[in-house]
Amino acid sequence: MTSTPMTSTATTPVFTPSRTVPPARVPSPSGARLGNASALACRECGATYQLGAQHACSECFGPLEVRYDLPPISRELIEAGPRNIWRYASLLPVPPEVAATPNTEPGCTPLVRADNLARVLGMRCLWVKDERPNPTHSFKDRVVAVALAAAVELGYRVLACPSTGNLANAVAAAAARAGIKSVVLVPANLEPQKILASAVYGCFLVKVDGGYDDVNRLASELADEHEDWAFVNVNVRPYYAEGSKTIGYEIAEDLGWRLPRQIVVPVASGAQLVKIDKAFGELASLGLVPDADVRVYGAQASGCAPVAAAFAAGDDVVQPVRPDTIAKSLAIGNPADGPYVLDVVRRTGGWVADAPDDEIVDSIRLLAATEGIFGETAVGVTLAVLRRLLAAGQLDPAAETVIINSGDGLKTLDAVAGALPLAAPIRPRLAEFARLRAGVNHDAGSAIA
Amino acid sequence: MSVPVRIPTVLRTFTGGAAEVTVEPGTLSEVIAGLDAAYPGIAARILDDAGKLRRFINVYVGDTDVRLADGLQTQVPPGTSVSVIPAVAGG
Repeated sequence: MTSTPMTSTATTPVFTPSRTVPPARVPSPSGARLGNASALACRECGATYQLGAQHACSECFGPLEVRYDLPPISRELIEAGPRNIWRYASLLPVPPEVAATPNTEPGCTPLVRADNLARVLGMRCLWVKDERPNPTHSFKDRVVAVALAAAVELGYRVLACPSTGNLANAVAAAAARAGIKSVVLVPANLEPQKILASAVYGCFLVKVDGGYDDVNRLASELADEHEDWAFVNVNVRPYYAEGSKTIGYEIAEDLGWRLPRQIVVPVASGAQLVKIDKAFGELASLGLVPDADVRVYGAQASGCAPVAAAFAAGDDVVQPVRPDTIAKSLAIGNPADGPYVLDVVRRTGGWVADAPDDEIVDSIRLLAATEGIFGETAVGVTLAVLRRLLAAGQLDPAAETVIINSGDGLKTLDAVAGALPLAAPIRPRLAEFARLRAGVNHDAGSAIA
Repeated sequence: MSVPVRIPTVLRTFTGGAAEVTVEPGTLSEVIAGLDAAYPGIAARILDDAGKLRRFINVYVGDTDVRLADGLQTQVPPGTSVSVIPAVAGG
């Protein structure tokens, strides 16, 4: 193992690369048991590779994707599984005994029927796939759990990632649960909640001056130097990304084994949207749901909307941007799956749109006030874009629609703090309460008037 | 003074396993041509048939993504590092 000094701030405990855990170099794929996964294939040129620790095509740099040889899979088999993502293990690149291996157990999050919100928006049927109940309160627990299972099977003994926060939380927690070390790299200006919620698990946390794209670059270079570290979204990416399919499986199962007509997904790198679409396609091809056309919509913040811009321009290449938005979990200016988001959205008849920060905050509040769901900024983006699409006639208000709430608003409190003026304290007197309620002291009374 | 170029693992078969090589400064296009002269075939892995950067490759000159600068015409001054990196998923 080479050791490149990390030039950033570390929290305790100081991470020391382990020399006690074999093996070191990238493991051989020959012994890997990854369920029904059969190969890695390049999404660009189609070149195929053995299952192993490779994420980019040697021929064209295209991203590699897991291929499967799937046996017949029944609804009953899935329904008999555990109440977490491992009920879909036969559709994931994980060992058969994954459910009994130390890992987090994300998934089976609620699909909430949002009738109050639908009424406000003039929609017939709206659902919120609410990812807050996952172990570290975002959908990232799904992808990390799959990445961890695959990485351990491939022989890695360190879990790592560059992150906008949620992924760092998930990696640090999963590694702790599995009893292995973790290294997480985050932008130094990240929300304090997300930094602390990673550090608490005892990871080696590195704050990097710059944005997520800068962190990503450093992680990619580190992955080349530390080939026995599993950077979940870099060198283990083909396996990691498959975890997002479980959102799509669950939506279908929760709807009684059928698909919605429309779905709106936040777009950062774009992998979640692409994998949800893949999941819907797999379920249909396996005969587990009736074949149905689902229009897939992507949502970005106006301060970081390279995919929306490419969509509007009719391009199939995504031009990077420098992000400037409160939606930090979506602030990826150079989205790796952007071209595939365009493919999916255009194929399904959807749209990619963006919304500005003030509408993002307003939408976070609207979801909270109508459905009791306090989502993070990404859902503010998703709902704000949904409202724009409705206003523009680009999304059908009469068609059953699902939106994704990918994380917890408690991690991004700063985003709403300025929009929620709170009344000054009162003394414990009935008269003061009455004055407050009457609006003498501004806004606080209006909520209960 | 030459410029150091960081080579990703997937391209190190061209450089005999070297993680970093040096070439002469110039535009990025000239740097890639210099790479290809020293390590024949490597340019075809970085550029597509039209001679553009492949869409899943990120190239940095110093700290700047060249797509946010002048692309292949981005100047690479002497001593400034060049990094070639496959695209990465979200975080």
